Amino acid sequence: MVKKRLIPCLDVTGGRVVKGVNFVNLRDIGDPVELATRYSELGADELVFLDITATVDGRDPLLRLIEHMSEELEIPFTVGGGISATEHARAILRAGADKVSVNRAALDVPGLLEELEYEFGAQAVVCAIDAKRRDDGSFEVVTHGGRTPRGIDAVEWAQEAVRRGAGEILLTSIDADGTRAGYNLELTGRVCAAVTVPVIASGGAGTAGHLADAFAVGAEAALVASIVHEAPERITVLKRELKEAGWPMRI
Amino acid sequence: MTAQAPGPGGSVLRAVLADYGGGNLRSVQSALARQGVAVIASSDPAVVREAPLAIIAGVGHAESAMAGLVASGLADALRERAAAARPVLGICVGLQLLFEAHEEGGAGLGLLAGPVRRIVAPRVPHMGWNTLAVLRPSPLLDGLDGQDVYFAHSFAVVPADRSVVAAEVEHGGTICAAVDAGAVAGVQFHPERSAKPGEHLLRNVIAWSRSA
Repeated sequence: MVKKRLIPCLDVTGGRVVKGVNFVNLRDIGDPVELATRYSELGADELVFLDITATVDGRDPLLRLIEHMSEELEIPFTVGGGISATEHARAILRAGADKVSVNRAALDVPGLLEELEYEFGAQAVVCAIDAKRRDDGSFEVVTHGGRTPRGIDAVEWAQEAVRRGAGEILLTSIDADGTRAGYNLELTGRVCAAVTVPVIASGGAGTAGHLADAFAVGAEAALVASIVHEAPERITVLKRELKEAGWPMRI
Repeated sequence: MTAQAPGPGGSVLRAVLADYGGGNLRSVQSALARQGVAVIASSDPAVVREAPLAIIAGVGHAESAMAGLVASGLADALRERAAAARPVLGICVGLQLLFEAHEEGGAGLGLLAGPVRRIVAPRVPHMGWNTLAVLRPSPLLDGLDGQDVYFAHSFAVVPADRSVVAAEVEHGGTICAAVDAGAVAGVQFHPERSAKPGEHLLRNVIAWSRSA
């Protein structure tokens, strides 16, 4: 039986890991390879790197970082942030990333998901979806950190992304993001029920119970950020607690 | 013949990764180098034919990978070395390429009989860490029964000769996780991304290729 996954997410820019709020007051919290190796040793099942300024400052530092990461890391990693063309994705995968994550470009570039799937296989293509709750209880796709509503239903877009070629959905609730009050289970459950690819729940992780709740509504994996960045040993603790609660975890 | 462990006094194993212009070879190359293997990637058929160990790795569509192997002349080189019983290891798509008709389109090298079929399970791709069930003694899988390794695939091999299946994994049914057929072998999971059990597998590969 395939194990549930705990996936720390690291924001990188210019080859360093940073932490900040809404892209301001970015603080350097370390060398990505050192942090990644530590997270791996503590039991992280996979890692996601988001290049938060990829569209601004060019890609060479990112590619060098991926090459170095690939040589040192013994667990899989996904790279996302500003990928808008197959050639970007190819460079990132050839540098050693296991998967690419596309968000806005999946919406804006016709044929991108299809082409990525054709070139690299669905298992290397993650579609990241940011969603926000509407007043009527449905969820709308948003971009630009939640500032731009796209007028598209998140559940329908997830289904369409899978039809086009995505092999995994990274689903972030913008409402829950940063709250540590738990994942949005309504959103997560609806998307998990609507697609047949693995879904990674994201936004709102605070406790092991929150991760268990996401698994219970169908998520295959849970993304964590601030709770493990401030105390990396929590990776080990969270996984042990989930295992004790009966979830299949790699210990 | 007894497998010879690498290390002080032993010669360094030389391995070649078949570079067919496809996906990422760097991670496999680095993982082997960490185990003391002198490994290069090459698209030269003579190099791939003669190296002590040849590995087919990478990600992506089997059909485009096979087209790359044929166009570069590596397909024939791999067939020739398999016919001469020189070890060939397939990893992930590389395992699938050892077989015949692929449900995704095209056909593999045909070194082993049987098709490659789409996985039938509630969640496809089969993505993440899953537990190996080793079916029979195999130098490749020695010490790996019950270990978790990393999978990321939508298709799986269905060997015509069940006796080549060395390990399986459960995901919506039983999936072939490793084959061991003399000088031709392969794993569906990613040893280069499977932490300590992955290192263990690569050490087994080194011993196996010396004795194959």
